[in-house]
This record gives sequence, structure tokens and C-alpha cells, in this order.
Amino acid sequence: MAKIAVLDPRQWVSLYADYLYSYAVARLDDEEQARDLVQETFLAALERTEQFRGDSSERTWLTAILKHKVIDVYRRRHSGLRTMGGADGAPGDPEPEREFFEADNGHWKEEYSPKALGVEDADPLGNKELSSVLQRCLKKLPALWFSVFTMKHMEEAATEMICNELKLTPGNFWVIIHRAKLNLRACIQKAWM
Amino acid sequence: MGVIKKIQYNCREATYLIEKRQHVRLSIKERIHLLIHLSGCSVCRLFQQQSRMINRAMKALFKESAGEERRLDEDVKREMQDKINERLR
Repeated sequence: MAKIAVLDPRQWVSLYADYLYSYAVARLDDEEQARDLVQETFLAALERTEQFRGDSSERTWLTAILKHKVIDVYRRRHSGLRTMGGADGAPGDPEPEREFFEADNGHWKEEYSPKALGVEDADPLGNKELSSVLQRCLKKLPALWFSVFTMKHMEEAATEMICNELKLTPGNFWVIIHRAKLNLRACIQKAWM
Repeated sequence: MGVIKKIQYNCREATYLIEKRQHVRLSIKERIHLLIHLSGCSVCRLFQQQSRMINRAMKALFKESAGEERRLDEDVKREMQDKINERLR
């Protein structure tokens, strides 16, 4: 029973709700869904207080539960190539599957060929303009690509874990990482020039 | 088209390998292909620079969002705590 003493559910909301909410919003870009997940996390945690080992902090433990819930949302979202759309339900990029390369030899198509943006060596920390363009472009990705790309970059999650959770083959995984980057880059260039 | 020419033209393969290389170690064959391609293709070298820039920006985005704490509405919080307390009874 000593373990239970470390957990104090009556303090959870005041201590961790804002933190968990921020964590979920950053990964889902949906405030309502983030709020629901935080609530679900607290309730799920209550049901398994006996699984809490004192070796991690209360906050780390709750975050781990929330993280699994975020991955569940990613999994549910990944129905085909539906785009995330904006908060207003606006459709994202109408043609995420567009072809950037010539079919016969794989050369860049002239209209998609990368152009220098002048920010290649910029320090992105503190570059607000770049962050906001990137955020807008991320939202235009199909839901599955967004999930894979976000998990890989924000969580630095292992490829194997992402493939297992989202039921992807490693081949699929690299194709998605590649296509997501091509689309993101094209979208940033369009916004920048 | 000869093998080398094919590699030199194939920006699709090169950009794929550029992405993969940022996460895992490439096979020897993949490394040779990429080396041959990049030595002659300035557009893909630019792509590589921009791709790395985007990855750095993704990291920065995450750091910023972690630093900037969002706050839940007090009413919502009260509701959450009520639900927890209910189950504690």
C-alpha cells in the first residue's frame, strides 16, 4: 500500500491538467479532443493505480498513459488519405498525391523543382514565421502522414514502434516519410515565395 | 540509359534516400547511389538542406509548444476533478 501513498488523485487536476492538455494539443492540434483525452487519462489512471511503480514521477506516469491515447487517436484518424483540414473543417491540400517527379526517369518536374528560400541555414528556434508556415503546412497533410511524421519528429519514436502501432510495413513507413516531406517542403516554398 | 546515368537522373530515389538517411544507416549500395547523385545534382543538394531545415524546425516547434503552456478552462478543470472525486468515493 505504500505505493498508493505516492499517488494523490485529488491533486491531479490542479498539478497536471494544464501540462497534459498542452502535451495533447501539440500532438493533435484539436483542443476539444485534447481536453477529452486529458479527462480519459485521469480516469484510466484511477483504474490502474496499482500499476504505478514509484520509479517514475506521477507526471511521467500520467503522460505515458496520455501518449497511448494520442496514438489511439492517430490510429483512428488514419482512414485512407483524408486530410486533417483546419479547425473550420476546410479541406487541406486537394492533391497530396501529386507527382513531383517525371514518371520515366524520376527527375524533378520543372514546376516542383526546389528553389532556394534563403532560410536553409536559419536557426528555426525563434523563427516565428517559419514555425507558423510549417504548422499550416502540417495541417494539410493526410491524417496518416501527419501522424507518422509527428510521431517520428516530435516523439523521436522508434520506427518499429510507429509501424507496430499504425500497422505499417517499414517500406510503407519510408514512403510516407518521403512523401510527407516532399509535400511539406513544396507547401513551405509556395508560402515563402 | 546506363546505370550511372539512371542514378544521376533519379531525383525521386535520391530524395527518398535523403529522408531515410536522416533516420537510419543506409546500405552500401544506397550510399553509393546517393553519393553519385548528389555529386552532380545541385537541386537535390538544395532539397537536402531544406529537408534538414524542416526537421530542425519540427524539433523547434515541439520545444516551443512544450515551453508555452496552454491552460484549461477552470470550469473544465472543476468538472474533471469532480469526476475523479466521484470515483474515489
